[in-house]
Amino acid sequence: MNYKVSELESIARQIRGKVVEMSHKSGGAHLGSALSCIDILVALYWRALKIDPNNSRVPDRDRCVFSKGHASMALFATLGFKGFFPIELLDTYAKPGSCLEEHPGPGCAPGVEAATGSLGHGLSLGIGMSLAARIQSKSYNNFVLMSDGECNEGSVWEAAMFAAGQSLDNVCAIIDFNKWQATGRSCEIMALEPLHEKWRSFGWSVYEIDGHDMNALVEVLTTVPDGSGKPVAVVSHTIKGKGISFMEDDNNWHYRIPKAEEVHLAKKELGLL
Amino acid sequence: MRNAFAHEITVCAAKDTSIVVLSGDIGNRLFDSYKQECPGRFFNCGVAEANMTSMAAGLAMCGLRPITYTITPFNTIRCLEQIRVDICYHNLPVIIVGTGSGLSYANLGSTHHSCEDIALLRVLPNMTVICPADVVELRLALRAAVKHQGPVYLRIGKKNEPVIYANEPPFQIGKAIVVKKGTDVCLLSTGNMLPISVGAVDLLKEQGISAQVVSFHTVKPLDVDFLKNAFGKFPLILTIEEHSLIGGFGSAIAEWLVDNPSQNGKFGRIGLEDKFIHGSGNQENARKILGLTSKSIADKAIQLLSSD
Repeated sequence: MNYKVSELESIARQIRGKVVEMSHKSGGAHLGSALSCIDILVALYWRALKIDPNNSRVPDRDRCVFSKGHASMALFATLGFKGFFPIELLDTYAKPGSCLEEHPGPGCAPGVEAATGSLGHGLSLGIGMSLAARIQSKSYNNFVLMSDGECNEGSVWEAAMFAAGQSLDNVCAIIDFNKWQATGRSCEIMALEPLHEKWRSFGWSVYEIDGHDMNALVEVLTTVPDGSGKPVAVVSHTIKGKGISFMEDDNNWHYRIPKAEEVHLAKKELGLL
Repeated sequence: MRNAFAHEITVCAAKDTSIVVLSGDIGNRLFDSYKQECPGRFFNCGVAEANMTSMAAGLAMCGLRPITYTITPFNTIRCLEQIRVDICYHNLPVIIVGTGSGLSYANLGSTHHSCEDIALLRVLPNMTVICPADVVELRLALRAAVKHQGPVYLRIGKKNEPVIYANEPPFQIGKAIVVKKGTDVCLLSTGNMLPISVGAVDLLKEQGISAQVVSFHTVKPLDVDFLKNAFGKFPLILTIEEHSLIGGFGSAIAEWLVDNPSQNGKFGRIGLEDKFIHGSGNQENARKILGLTSKSIADKAIQLLSSD
């Protein structure tokens, strides 16, 4: 079924609340990075991806490689809410013996396509999957959700050149451009801008959108391949810590863990209490 | 060896349509027949080994059997973290072929030498490390590798290496092959050191020493049954490798020996010192300078056998 934008926004709010709670309970970091990409994940998992949560390994499924593995809380909560596994599993996050570690392990839970955590790997994995689709004459798409800091890695640009060289139009790189990396502004540590121009000059079909605008996300992510014959890059302008006023654009929340009263405040702001 | 590799992979890939060859911008004409036999299953990935390695993992995640192929240091050390995370952590059936291993490219300088690759690859969980001795072993190793359920590192040479085997020996990953039988010293050779090791047999015979020569093509997993037996039987065991003495084949045996103390045999290692090699000239000359010759093997064996 096609969820309405208002429904998607409501799902995103619930996931945000869950992620804040997970960080508090587990002491898991990277909350700000998780919050910035939740709208993208909701647009992907509820609208763009051809997937079946009850049959997560079906060979012809669309794939989503979550390359910014440090934000795994957002991925796990998304998969839990989407029904890939019992939502109670999220309460084990980062606890001893849990399959949900702070960076996703290989096959750690249904719906997790690849182990990530070391940045700059996911795009190449996704391109390998796209090449596999071509070799096997299959028509599935491959989405790769990356961070802006991740674009520091040279391997990202190796991958970008390869995909364009092969005219792989079944791959889509989504850059969660929240303007921060671990210890500073992502446009100051390295010359990341103009990011849109970089992807375009590397031969990609590029869209620049507000990564919290559900309408825009759904529109662009549901039209891959876009008919250009090129791989698709979506530069998504986002806000680190999005959705919680006292976390937004504050890079302390790259590592900070919310206290109980902050969880309460956050849930209140999200309209969950 | 690279010609034999190209030929054998063409034979394997014609039968198994899941095989895909990724090349790091080398061996273009080498794969002409492969490309003809297996259209759409060869990709020149450019001079971008990190991407090539992770892409191979992505292909394998979708049920294919990719092989990455380029000059050894670039296909191993350059992209070691991609091998570790994307291939080994996921335990995927990707074959990493390092061509021109050891001192095959001695004349090209240290950038092109690979004397650390066995150490770096064998430490990775799930990885199998195979160093074929000649084209016969290479063909057998490749046939076994394309059926193996997990990552394989295949350490191969360049071209015109001596052929040791007149016929194909029984081959199994992780099972050493006795090439010459003897009783006093057991020479465990890995990879391209086999002809040099075989050459030591006559030199030792002149001194009244009977040498056994073993091709230890698989460095990981070690053939522990063979080792248990050999250390119980031979007065001296020597390892021979065209690789650093730090972390390589000899080190693997030494580790095993510490964990499984032998009451009998002495143990020695022949390999490369912990230094970069300058001005060595070609492989043959480099081996002379660095003590990787039949004579140095024989000398070391005699010295160790006569010492207390």
